[in-house]
Amino acid sequence: MSNKVIQAMYNDDDVLMDAVKQVRTANHHIEEVYTPFPVHGLDKAMGLKGTRIAITAFLYGCVGFSFAIWMMNYMMIENWPQDIGGKPSFSFFLNMPSFVPIMFELTVFFAAHLMVITFYMRSKLWPFKEAENPDPRTTDDMFVMEVAVEGNENELVSFLEKTGTVEIKVTEKH
Amino acid sequence: MSSHYEAPIRKPLIDGNKSYHDITVEVAAPVEGKANKLWWTVFLISLAAFLWGVGAIAYTIGTGIGVWGLNKTVGWAWDITNFVWWVGIGHAGTLISAVLLLFRQKWRMGINRSAEAMTIFSVVQAGLFPVIHMGRVWDAHFVLPIPNQFGTLWTNFNSPLLWDVFAISTYLSVSLVFWWTGLLPDFAMLRDRAIKPFQKKIYSLLSFGWTGRAKDWQRFEEVSLVLAGLATPLVLSVHTIVSFDFATSVIPGWHTTIFPPYFVAGAVFSGFAMVNTLLIIMRKVSNLEAYITPQHIELMNIIIMITGSIVGCAYITELFIAWYSGVEYEQYAFLNRATGPYWWAYLLMMSCNVFSPQFMWFKKLRSSITFSFIISIVVNVGMWFERFVIIVTSLHRDYLPSSWTMFSPTFVDIGIYVGTIGFFFVLFLLYARTFPVIAQAEVKSILKSSGEYYKKLRDGNHE
Repeated sequence: MSNKVIQAMYNDDDVLMDAVKQVRTANHHIEEVYTPFPVHGLDKAMGLKGTRIAITAFLYGCVGFSFAIWMMNYMMIENWPQDIGGKPSFSFFLNMPSFVPIMFELTVFFAAHLMVITFYMRSKLWPFKEAENPDPRTTDDMFVMEVAVEGNENELVSFLEKTGTVEIKVTEKH
Repeated sequence: MSSHYEAPIRKPLIDGNKSYHDITVEVAAPVEGKANKLWWTVFLISLAAFLWGVGAIAYTIGTGIGVWGLNKTVGWAWDITNFVWWVGIGHAGTLISAVLLLFRQKWRMGINRSAEAMTIFSVVQAGLFPVIHMGRVWDAHFVLPIPNQFGTLWTNFNSPLLWDVFAISTYLSVSLVFWWTGLLPDFAMLRDRAIKPFQKKIYSLLSFGWTGRAKDWQRFEEVSLVLAGLATPLVLSVHTIVSFDFATSVIPGWHTTIFPPYFVAGAVFSGFAMVNTLLIIMRKVSNLEAYITPQHIELMNIIIMITGSIVGCAYITELFIAWYSGVEYEQYAFLNRATGPYWWAYLLMMSCNVFSPQFMWFKKLRSSITFSFIISIVVNVGMWFERFVIIVTSLHRDYLPSSWTMFSPTFVDIGIYVGTIGFFFVLFLLYARTFPVIAQAEVKSILKSSGEYYKKLRDGNHE
């Protein structure tokens, strides 16, 4: 299989959405769609699976919550219990009300940061990462659909031309 | 077009007939253009104030906090007033970007970027004060529970001051990643437009290689939603915990259960006022009047009016509860606030925070840009005095009448405060020239539903 793709450019999100639906009904494979802003419903139209990143945030939050409990239990109850303002330090649960704010803060801290790091890793976003958008206009006002070519280049080009595209390019995908 | 339907009763949020490309060009213009004389003038004044503040901080650290106006009765004054004031101002950014996102308020999109920037810059100012007040700043890392040479010397997790350390650091760092994640597509836009190699390099670095794939956008939206869900209770917790610094003490005037909601409302109140101050100037200077419309300012004024009224309600509740408690000390603390030697500060607080926002009931006044600007300044003066009144009047006449005294700031107190205002404006002015100050990707996504041109087009069809 060659790595040839057709890049069909659109200058309107509604036209793009219709085009995506047509391409999908005609059973062509959409490699990728680049858009300058989030187009609502595009992921469903392309048949992308839902993201599970919110689930990871929940799990990271559980880690943060457990870490907070472990840390405060170790420092305040086990390692060096002290009488501070008469607040009971013999057991974790007696002293727990004082620990609630930090349990909350660390839950949020872990959930937020680890989720964002996961997002950056999964979407390959980090400093010095080279951008891979096929055309600089895709961050301005151009919507690009990449369709895989499977030996049907001419047929595909004439099909895409009817979907309202403003520009078509056939390129080799790296 | 039907998928972009929005009720005609809603006012447009993007004025004029804009295309997606127009939005790109107009958001990029302040970054790509040259700074004018006004920018340089304000920048140099702010820089001078900032440097003066650096000098005052250096003097404090070199000599000790004895150079402040504090005395043995009034151990907290300007420093903590400034700290609470700056943290409070920081709250509007998260409120706009997180709470309004959860409530699906589209008007947040024109202003969220700058409001979040303001949040981060003002929390930086806030954080300076407790650190300097420690006296020995080189031991500041001891506020964190890190293993050390003393083996079992840990921080005290029963203390609200430590809760504050955790709350503020979580708040600052989470706000920063929330802001930065939203910035990636907009930095990418600047990167793809940049002509000069140096600019291209910088914006490539800042945009983390953002490409705008459908999957990335799907994750981006989910991450924003979850971050908003996390930041909403977080922002409420931050000022709640700041209020615990006072409420968990046994000082009359501080020891009240109304403090958390009252502080949160006050924070939102002052934060929105500061957003108004900054954006009313920025929309003019950076030619963004089509994106930050009078409608945005009016909506912010309504929030100022509501939160101002909540704050007013809290002041009166405090007075009532002090009387109703029958506790002599509590009663005296409030009587002394209103009629003691600091009556003028109390009067300023009452008139700026309770009285002035009530003008916003009048449509004519709340849609006047000049009037909004004046009120935004008045509110922040009032909110500074609120914190001053709470802190100083509760302390200056304590249980022992022989130690009753007054507080007056020294030039160092004033210098550090002026310095943080300078620092804040230095950061904000640099931001306004180098960052995309409007979340252009998000604004593009509401252009067809809330743009003036598209709304007119649709409404025309209905009639």
